[in-house]
Amino acid sequence: MKTAYGRSLPRRKARPGHKRGLKAWLYLLPAILFLGFFMVYPLVDVLIYSFEEGYNSASQTFLGVGTYNYSYVLHDPYFLQAVKNTFVLVIITVPVSTGLALLISLGLNSIKKLKELYQTVYFLPYVTNTLAVGLVFMILFKKTPYTDGMVNLLIGLFGGKSVDFIDGPHWAKMFVLCFYTVWVVLPFKILILTSALASVKQDYYNAAKVDGTGKWRIFTRITLPMISPMIFYLVITGFIGAFKAYSDAVALFGTNLNAAGMNTIVGYVYDMLYGDSGGFPSYASAAALILFAIVFTITVINLAISRRRAIY
Amino acid sequence: MKVTLRELTKEFPSRNKKSKEKVVAVNNFTFEIPDGKLVGLLGPSGCGKSTTLNLISGLEKPTRGRVFFGEEDVTDLPPEVRGVGLVFQNYALYPHMTVLQNILFPLQNLKGDKKLTKEQMLQKANEAAKLVQIGELLERRPSELSGGQQQRVAIARALVKMPRILLLDEPLSNLDARLRLQTREELRRIQRETGITTVFVTHDQEEAMSISDMIVVMRSGVLEQLGLPQDVYDDPENLFVAKFLGTPPINVFAGEVKNGGLYIGKQRVLSVRGAGDGSVTVGIRPEGFIPREGGALTCGLTAVEVMGRDTSVVCTHPNSLNSGIRAIISSESRHGVGGDTVSFDLKPSKVHLFGVVNENRIRAELTPPESEAGA
Ligand SMILES: Nc1ncnc2c1ncn2[C@@H]1O[C@H](COP(=O)(O)OP(=O)(O)OP(=O)(O)O)[C@@H](O)[C@H]1O
Ligand SMILES: [Mg+2]
Repeated sequence: MKTAYGRSLPRRKARPGHKRGLKAWLYLLPAILFLGFFMVYPLVDVLIYSFEEGYNSASQTFLGVGTYNYSYVLHDPYFLQAVKNTFVLVIITVPVSTGLALLISLGLNSIKKLKELYQTVYFLPYVTNTLAVGLVFMILFKKTPYTDGMVNLLIGLFGGKSVDFIDGPHWAKMFVLCFYTVWVVLPFKILILTSALASVKQDYYNAAKVDGTGKWRIFTRITLPMISPMIFYLVITGFIGAFKAYSDAVALFGTNLNAAGMNTIVGYVYDMLYGDSGGFPSYASAAALILFAIVFTITVINLAISRRRAIY
Repeated sequence: MKVTLRELTKEFPSRNKKSKEKVVAVNNFTFEIPDGKLVGLLGPSGCGKSTTLNLISGLEKPTRGRVFFGEEDVTDLPPEVRGVGLVFQNYALYPHMTVLQNILFPLQNLKGDKKLTKEQMLQKANEAAKLVQIGELLERRPSELSGGQQQRVAIARALVKMPRILLLDEPLSNLDARLRLQTREELRRIQRETGITTVFVTHDQEEAMSISDMIVVMRSGVLEQLGLPQDVYDDPENLFVAKFLGTPPINVFAGEVKNGGLYIGKQRVLSVRGAGDGSVTVGIRPEGFIPREGGALTCGLTAVEVMGRDTSVVCTHPNSLNSGIRAIISSESRHGVGGDTVSFDLKPSKVHLFGVVNENRIRAELTPPESEAGA
């Protein structure tokens, strides 16, 4: 049903063709060299490592070429645990943080005068060091010989049973990690969404009001579609960010994440390289490429959906 | 549906925080818009036209005064329930919806016993689209339309729910001159066909004069004059209204009333009855000049411009209060015009007298000067 109106504008010809192209490449050269050296070369290297079986980093030798590294990693219970943790983290924190940020932004947007003040307050966690925030979370959640932590005190107040969030059951630790991740990513999302909301012209709301539109319908039919490009942006970068999570887990549970059962994929890669049981760049490379494949697939799907939805 | 504004006032807090002075956007408005008429709300930029419209639509709450639709007091009703259609200056079409979805939007809002089935909605939307002649554009998005087409979509969206009142805020200002001419005729046609009481804001007096049943001239929040376009043009109540209406604008002179005559410079141009002696401001419409050798008013000739049917004579006079005098004469009578000076007789009905200080109209009986009348 769509018309192709205005989609086939004649393309501008690149005049003095060759010379121009040459110049452009010349300008790009430093960037290409830099990127090639620091990004493309290591990527290729990782790819090569991941197929070298029995690689020894001391002697720089390997036994053969094949997919054993992948099959090892995919059968390693620590890796499977890390994948599970990462997926739980992604699936919970991305929607929750985006939804929460949207709610808070909507609130901020309707209180015009307090907008600026609140924006700084909500942005605070963004400029605060992750590890410092982690410390605060320890105080909130950690059980010590002296106290059960703030949260447990509250749970106790309401007659609940105290839970060990840092060294206790897996779900409790996962809860803290998700809570923490949401907390850390929230301010950035709020900032993006408040400015997206503020950029929706008042005229659209006025037009809708005059046409007798209810509040909820204004939100779903006008506000949401208008800010949907920004929401998609946040979801895509949120997915990527959550898949790369590592330092948050370290901040909460220390460096021995495998033992705590709280490792993430990036954490697994790191441990394979430098951890106590490390020194296996081939396994690390294979794990890293598996992560790359996952992130790539999900981003492509995300982009495809957002193309179809956010049209204008 | 007739609309009555009673002592309507809207004040905005001053944006300059130090001064407590308020901006009075609309000042004590009282007037009635008759049922089924097209009313042009006219005034210079910033005079409160949009604010008046917003008060009628309910998007702004008045500081004082009431708004009635028919006999119903709607002052405290929110815009959602007033049943007005509003066309915004920039159309405010929803960019993420197709033309059809835009037009359907107001219908989908209807609740209770007014609720329509899908087929009824589609039928109404198609009718509205047909009325503004955009039937073949329904699947497009607003960004794929020209300015004139967008404007029609905006009108269709405002009309589709059959509003009690249709409000248009400078709907033609984004269009080029030719399209504007065409669209304003269309607007007139649509208004006639639907018979919906319509208020139409513009700062273009020609636009307002050409399609309105009634015009309302305002200046800095104050209603200056209202009436039939021709009546207001022929019989302005003050110098502002006289200057604001008409292209080319009215020519203004410093004059004097003495010995029962109106003098511009040393020349007695008309006889006056019913006005006290003293200085006056004289307004003469461009079409009020009749060139005649030895005429009552002599001016220095600058240029003669022939524009098809009419000829415009540009001239100067020491008593003129605007930069140049422009007289419109018929092309036949232009043949006598030439040389350094030109003389005119004046049509008394095209000459208005105003107070020098308060600029209000001085109503006096003007007739051709006696000395010439017999000759
Ligand atoms: N929200 C507001 N806050 C403060 N002052 C306002 C506000 N809206 C309008 N005003 C002031 O009220 C006056 C009338 O504004 P309004 O928009 O009604 O003018 P207008 O006649 O529509 O002008 P234009 O032809 O330029 O659209 C102006 O002096 C304007 O600065
Ligand atoms: Mg305006």
